[in-house]
Amino acid sequence: MKLPIYLDNHATTRLDPRVFDVMKPYFTEIFGNAASRNHSFGWEAEEAVEKARKQIASLIGATAKEIVFTSGATESNNLAIKGVAEMYAEKGNHIITSVTEHKAVLDTCKHLEKRGVRVTYLPVHPNGLVDLDQLRDAITDKTILISVMYANNEIGVVQPIAEIGKIAKEKGVLLHTDAVQAAGKIPVNVIADGVDLMSITGHKLYGPKGVGALYVRRRNPRVQLTSQMDGGGHERGMRSGTLNVPGIAGLGAACEFCQKEMPEESRRLRFLRDRLKDKLMTELDETYINGTMEHRLPHNLNISFAYVEGESLLMGINDIAVSSGSACTSATLEPSYVLKALGAGDDIAHSSIRFGLGRFTTQEEIDYTAAKVIDVVRKLRELSPLYEMAREGVDLSKVVWTAH
Amino acid sequence: MAYSDKVLDHYNNPRNVGSFDKSDPRVGTGMVGAPECGDVMKLQVKVNQETGIIEDAKFKTFGCGSAIASSSLATEWLRGKTVDQALEIKNTDIVNELSLPPVKIHCSVLAEDAIKAAITDYKKKQGVLTPEAVAVH
Repeated sequence: MKLPIYLDNHATTRLDPRVFDVMKPYFTEIFGNAASRNHSFGWEAEEAVEKARKQIASLIGATAKEIVFTSGATESNNLAIKGVAEMYAEKGNHIITSVTEHKAVLDTCKHLEKRGVRVTYLPVHPNGLVDLDQLRDAITDKTILISVMYANNEIGVVQPIAEIGKIAKEKGVLLHTDAVQAAGKIPVNVIADGVDLMSITGHKLYGPKGVGALYVRRRNPRVQLTSQMDGGGHERGMRSGTLNVPGIAGLGAACEFCQKEMPEESRRLRFLRDRLKDKLMTELDETYINGTMEHRLPHNLNISFAYVEGESLLMGINDIAVSSGSACTSATLEPSYVLKALGAGDDIAHSSIRFGLGRFTTQEEIDYTAAKVIDVVRKLRELSPLYEMAREGVDLSKVVWTAH
Repeated sequence: MAYSDKVLDHYNNPRNVGSFDKSDPRVGTGMVGAPECGDVMKLQVKVNQETGIIEDAKFKTFGCGSAIASSSLATEWLRGKTVDQALEIKNTDIVNELSLPPVKIHCSVLAEDAIKAAITDYKKKQGVLTPEAVAVH
């Protein structure tokens, strides 16, 4: 087993070497511009792009023409939300999203609020899921778009997208979903789910960074977008810019491997994830899972180890790459807003660790991780005044702290 | 974030971890911080009542590695000092000793506060301080 161990697959995934093999020729041999229509260099590049379009469409139940290439999911989210807000401004100016969305969605919505768009941020239940009745009640005749993520990047909970899709259809509102964490990992289908716009990215599904896609529905209804990048009119005018052919070929291949291997891969990762969870929960008391286990990505585990601060835990397991919702590990020095939204209190966020398993995770790595985490949590609890107080029977919620 | 060797050393081999009996008249206890802020430090001193010298110090800390290191270092520095010398320990001394980056300066401030709170608690027990003077926070 090689150290360090990578268990941060929600942040990014290793490029699958098979994907890299597919990409290689498009750097130095087949280097043409896919928009060059009058020579073989261009035709070959275009062929690679069209193949990738089909591979991506197949993964999400779309048709090739509905795939628009972008630089990644941040751009896809921006294009979907801003593009709809501008295109449908005459029809309405209200967008509904949720508080646990990725910043690429939340900050895009905040940007639009400054321009007069009204945004409703739906709260989530303590299990991390949005409330469908609240969603339905939030819809007005001015609502043009619902944007709810498929699966959460921190706690891995899977939102009821198909039900949201039904509500959206009923009310004649478009549905966008950021499916970055879900696509390629669990079955997603734009038809069955009633999704009109879907963001995906290469580097979360063992493909390259810097390339992503936006699914834009062409029938029932035909969705139109105002482009956010103007120029040569590529991608049916929705996203100008010379196509990143090697990246696109890689994204396509990555989607195909994910689609083919999903049943086996998700079963294997669920087994490993549950093994990790069971070891940690059996060996350590006062350990809490954040978000529902019932509707969850098979490769995600987000756990809070009470009375232990996340960054100090990361320091003790420094040969394992994971992330924490602790404020100390974030650039903003704020604890995770996703965990705070679950209503469990800031201390739970400070004590949280996110484990993101992936295609290259082995059982040996999981067993090593479990043993190491158990060891370090125990050591840090011996150091923790909170653990000592709790064991003495002090109710920590009743203590008056001298906050600084 | 990269940690300095000294922070790593205190984190891996924390000095003087533990607790004294809070009700012991020779013991001063300082508890600062809050769980929702991600740091709680408990620092205790045991003072020789005849000489006024801190004979032993212990800590327990919930917090990041720098917070653990700051309080661990504080217990090392407290031992052998008089209670009044202890009050001269400044957070900047801790910052310099541990090479703390700017985002971790609050850990050293917390350690200084914990020292002050522990000494204040001790003095209060000795009847040196009036209740008004106790309210440092």
